[in-house]
Amino acid sequence: MNLDELKKLKEKAQRQVALREGNKKYRVVFSMGTSGIAAGAREIMTAMLDEIDKRGIENVEVAVTGEIGLVDAEPVIRIEDRSGEKVTYANVNADAARKIVAEHLQKGKVVDGLAVGKTKEAERTK
Amino acid sequence: MIRTHILVCTGTGCTSSGSLVTRDALLAELKKHGLEREIEVVETGCMGRCDLGPVLLVHPDGTFYKNVLAADVPMLVEEHFVKGRPYTKLLPQDPQTHNVVATQADFTFFNRQMRIVRYNCGVIDPENIEEYIARDGYSVLGKVLASMTPEQVIGEIKASGLRGRGGAGFPTGRKWEIMRQAPDFPKYVVCNADEGDPGAFMNRSVLEGDPHSVLEGMAIGAYAMGSNRGFIYIRAEYGLAVKRLHIAIEQAYKYGLLGKNILEKGFDFDVEVRIGAGAFVCGEETALMRSVEGRRGQPQPRPPFPAQRGLWGKPTNINNVETWATIRPIILRGAPWFASIGTEKTKGTKVFCLAGKINNTGVAELPFGTTLREMIFGVGGGIPNGKKFKAVQTGGPSGGVIPEQHLDIPVEYESLQKLGSIMGSGGMVVMDEDSCMVDVARFFMDFCCDESCGKCPPCRVGTRQMLSILERICNGQGKPDDIQKLEDLAAMVKDSSLCGLGQTAPNPVLTTLRYFRDEYMAHIVEKRCPARVCRELLHFEIDQVACKGCSICARACPVQTIHKVDGQKKFYITTETCIHCGACFEACRFDAVVKTSPGRTRTETPEDEVLAGEVKS
Repeated sequence: MNLDELKKLKEKAQRQVALREGNKKYRVVFSMGTSGIAAGAREIMTAMLDEIDKRGIENVEVAVTGEIGLVDAEPVIRIEDRSGEKVTYANVNADAARKIVAEHLQKGKVVDGLAVGKTKEAERTK
Repeated sequence: MIRTHILVCTGTGCTSSGSLVTRDALLAELKKHGLEREIEVVETGCMGRCDLGPVLLVHPDGTFYKNVLAADVPMLVEEHFVKGRPYTKLLPQDPQTHNVVATQADFTFFNRQMRIVRYNCGVIDPENIEEYIARDGYSVLGKVLASMTPEQVIGEIKASGLRGRGGAGFPTGRKWEIMRQAPDFPKYVVCNADEGDPGAFMNRSVLEGDPHSVLEGMAIGAYAMGSNRGFIYIRAEYGLAVKRLHIAIEQAYKYGLLGKNILEKGFDFDVEVRIGAGAFVCGEETALMRSVEGRRGQPQPRPPFPAQRGLWGKPTNINNVETWATIRPIILRGAPWFASIGTEKTKGTKVFCLAGKINNTGVAELPFGTTLREMIFGVGGGIPNGKKFKAVQTGGPSGGVIPEQHLDIPVEYESLQKLGSIMGSGGMVVMDEDSCMVDVARFFMDFCCDESCGKCPPCRVGTRQMLSILERICNGQGKPDDIQKLEDLAAMVKDSSLCGLGQTAPNPVLTTLRYFRDEYMAHIVEKRCPARVCRELLHFEIDQVACKGCSICARACPVQTIHKVDGQKKFYITTETCIHCGACFEACRFDAVVKTSPGRTRTETPEDEVLAGEVKS
C-alpha cells in the first residue's frame, strides 16, 4: 500500500464510522408510537432507508421517537437540519418517503404538498 | 442503510460481566424484529466504566446503557430500537445528583475527561484496522515517512514536552535523541506493557481498545531512532490484549503498514510480541530486557543504560504503552498544541485508573495539573455509602498514600514526589474511613515482598523483615521501638536496593507513617485498631436491645460461639472462643452485632465510647 491508497482507504472507511461522530446535516425523525406503527411507519422507514442507500446520501441520520402528537395524520416524519430548522411531513406513504429523500435530503428543497409545518427553533423559543 | 450503531464494550471488564452473551442476545433480538439491516452491533474496546458493565453506547443519539444483561435485551430492543424511547431502567445515575443520565455527553465521568490517548478506545472496533484508518490511523506514519527527517521527529517530540508515562517521567525526546546518537547497530525499540500494580489497568485498556495506536507510535519511534525491529513485552494474564495485538499486527502486515518497505517509502519495521509470566519486577527495564531475551527476569545494575547496551548488547529504547500511544496525536496536531495542555513541567494528559472506595470505578484520562479532589470527587463521583474520604494511594505498591489535607495539589510527577508518593503508572486506589492504614501498608509490603526477585539482599531480606514487623503490629504484638525499626529498614531498603522495585517498596510504609502515625501508635501502645479492620484487635458483642433473636448470627458463626441466653430469646457471643472473623457482623440484618476495637487495657476513654456506640451502617 502507498500513501494514495491509504488516503483512499481512509475515505472509504470513514463512511463506516461517520455515524459515531455525529454532526450530520439532516436528522430524520420517525414518529414511532402505537398510532405511527399502526399507520405503517415501519414500512415507510424501510423504504426511506432503502432510498437513502440507493442514492448514496451520506449526510443524514435517521432516528425514531415516540408519538409526535399528530395522531390523525400518521405516519408523521420530521426533518431537522443543523441550523435548527424543522419540517414536518404528515400522511407519508412509501412513495412520498422516496420523494422526500430525492427532493429534501438530496436537493434541500422542501416538498410543499406534503409538508404540514415548518418551525425554526429560534423563533419558537422566542 | 445502517441508521444506528450499538457499540458493545468488549474490554476485559465488560467481557467478564457477560458482554459477549449480551451481544449475542442483541443480534438475535434485532433479527427477530427485522432490524438487522438498519442497526449494526459493533464490538469496541474499554469505554472506561468497568463497574457498570456490560455497557452499551448507542449512536447517533449517544445513549449510554449500563449493566445490560441478556435478559434485559428484549425490552431494550423494543423500547429503544423499535419505539425510539430510552429504556430508563438501564440508564446510569449520577452518583452525586442522583439524576438519571441519558447520554454519554451528560455523564460527569465522561464529559470532564480529555481524550488524547484514549481517542479511539470505545469508539472503534479494535479488531478492524479500517476503522482505525478512518480516524486518521497510520496517516501520521505516512506523513513522517514522506516528509520528516528522523531529527525533525525527535525535535517535535522534544518540543512537545512529552515525558515517559511508565512512572519515572524522563523526557521522551531526550531519550530518543540519546538512542539516535548511539553508534552501534542494530537498534531495538520495546513497548513495556508489563503493567503489574494492583488497581492499574490503563495500559490494558489502551491495548485492548486501540492496539494500532501503539504500533503506529512504535513505527514512528523506530524510524526516528534508526531501528528496524521492535518488541512488545506483555504479561500472559492480559489474554484479550495479547489476542488483539496479534490481530492488529497481522492486519498491519497485510496492509503494508508493518514489515518491508512501509507505505512504499523504503522503511522496514518488524514487531514481535513477547509474553511474560507476570512477575512485577519484569516491568523494570533491565529485567524486562532479560526476559525478552528468554532469560530469567532479574534486574541489572545501570549504567550501562539500555540506550548503550540493551537487548543482546545493542542499543535499546523502552517506552511505556501510553507513551507510544501519545506519539501519534503529538505529530498529528503539533507539538505546540500538546505543550499547551497540562502544567509547566508536565505536558499533556494521563490515563488514571480509579479504584477502591469510589463511586465511578474505571479508566479516566485527564490533563496533568488536575487536582486529586477533582479526580476523586468530580470525575470519580465521590465515596460510596456516605463514608468519609481517608486517603488515596497513587502509583501502586511503589507509591504512597496521600491524605485529605493534600487533595488540592495539582497532580504531576514532582508534586506527588514531594508528598512522598509517585505518579507511577497512574493507579489511584481510594480508601475511606473503614480502611486501616497499617493494614494498607502491610498489604503493599506483602505484595513487594512476594514480587521481590531475590537478586539483592536489601530488597529480598529487607522487605521480609518490614513485612513481619507490620504483621506483628496488626496482630496486636507491636513493640514500642517497631516504628523506629521500620524507619531504619525503610531507609536501608530504599538506598541500597538494586532496582526500582526495592527502591520504592518502602514508600507505602513511609507515607502512612508520615500521615497516619497515630494509627500505628494506637495499634502498638493501646492495642487498638481505630478503623476496626485488624482482626486480632477487634471485639464483637450483641446489643441485647437490638437483637431480635433470629439466630442468623449463630448459624453464620464458624466456631459455634454464639448461643442463646437460657430462657430468653436473645443471643450472646462467648468472647473467649470468638475468632473475630466478623461473620456475625456481616450476617446480622438488625445491626445488633457491635464491632469495636476497645484496646487491651480496657480503660474507657471518650473515644472508645464513641466507637462502641457506632454500629454497622
